[in-house]
Amino acid sequence: MIPLSWYVILGAILFAIGVASFLIKRNIITIFMSIELMLNAVNLTFIAFASRWHQVSGQVFVFFVMVVAAAEAAVGLAIVLAVFRTRETLNVDQVNLLKL
Amino acid sequence: MFHLVLFLIFAVICVAGALNFLLQRHPVNSALSLIVVMGSLALLFLLLGAEFVAAVQVIVYAGAVMVLFVFVIMLLNAGEEEKTRGNKVALALGVPGLIAFFILICWTVSAARSQLGRVSIGDFYVPTQQLGIALFREFLLPFEVTSVLVLIAIMGAVVLARRERQ
Repeated sequence: MIPLSWYVILGAILFAIGVASFLIKRNIITIFMSIELMLNAVNLTFIAFASRWHQVSGQVFVFFVMVVAAAEAAVGLAIVLAVFRTRETLNVDQVNLLKL
Repeated sequence: MFHLVLFLIFAVICVAGALNFLLQRHPVNSALSLIVVMGSLALLFLLLGAEFVAAVQVIVYAGAVMVLFVFVIMLLNAGEEEKTRGNKVALALGVPGLIAFFILICWTVSAARSQLGRVSIGDFYVPTQQLGIALFREFLLPFEVTSVLVLIAIMGAVVLARRERQ
């Protein structure tokens, strides 16, 4: 028996760390990974609330979040590959122009 | 008691992995600590009775998505990130905003603590069959829309990653 609020606060901690690394990191791949960390934190709160109120739909939503995350990772990494081919860098500070 | 001990162990591993993700400078180290976070989150899902979601978390997230990330890191030969001063505005607005956001969540959750109640191990257990029935009856339309989304994502990834021919 543990309070549900502990799970929610753990999700908030993970989400806050994800936002912090999104702001601090300079490598474009690491920035993508911090988005995954934030999505995982949201999944934890979904599962915790589903467990508390005995709803299966909370777990189904986690699947949708996972699918969207996988699609986003595939497209995002393809964009990273294209950026690296044209700029030869992964540092987001040097990718600040739309045109070459 | 058992639930409390397991929760504390995996919550501490989770937060430690996330902090290591934040502090490491090499992308491969960050990716590996993110895998630690995802694995311990899968165990927390198991404690909440979501066994199929835990299995999918390990297979899809810690398996497929992170393999994709590590593959791209190694393909692009990403080294340690350079130390830059970063954006002053992002740091000046982002860090206090983040702390305020976190305090707001903690305050809201602790104010609603009595309504949130408690969860215990084995209280709510979802068999895979029940999850499948919910997914293919109640959520059939979102499921089909998601499959179209994945198809579009595959085509987009192929088009974006293709080498331009001169």
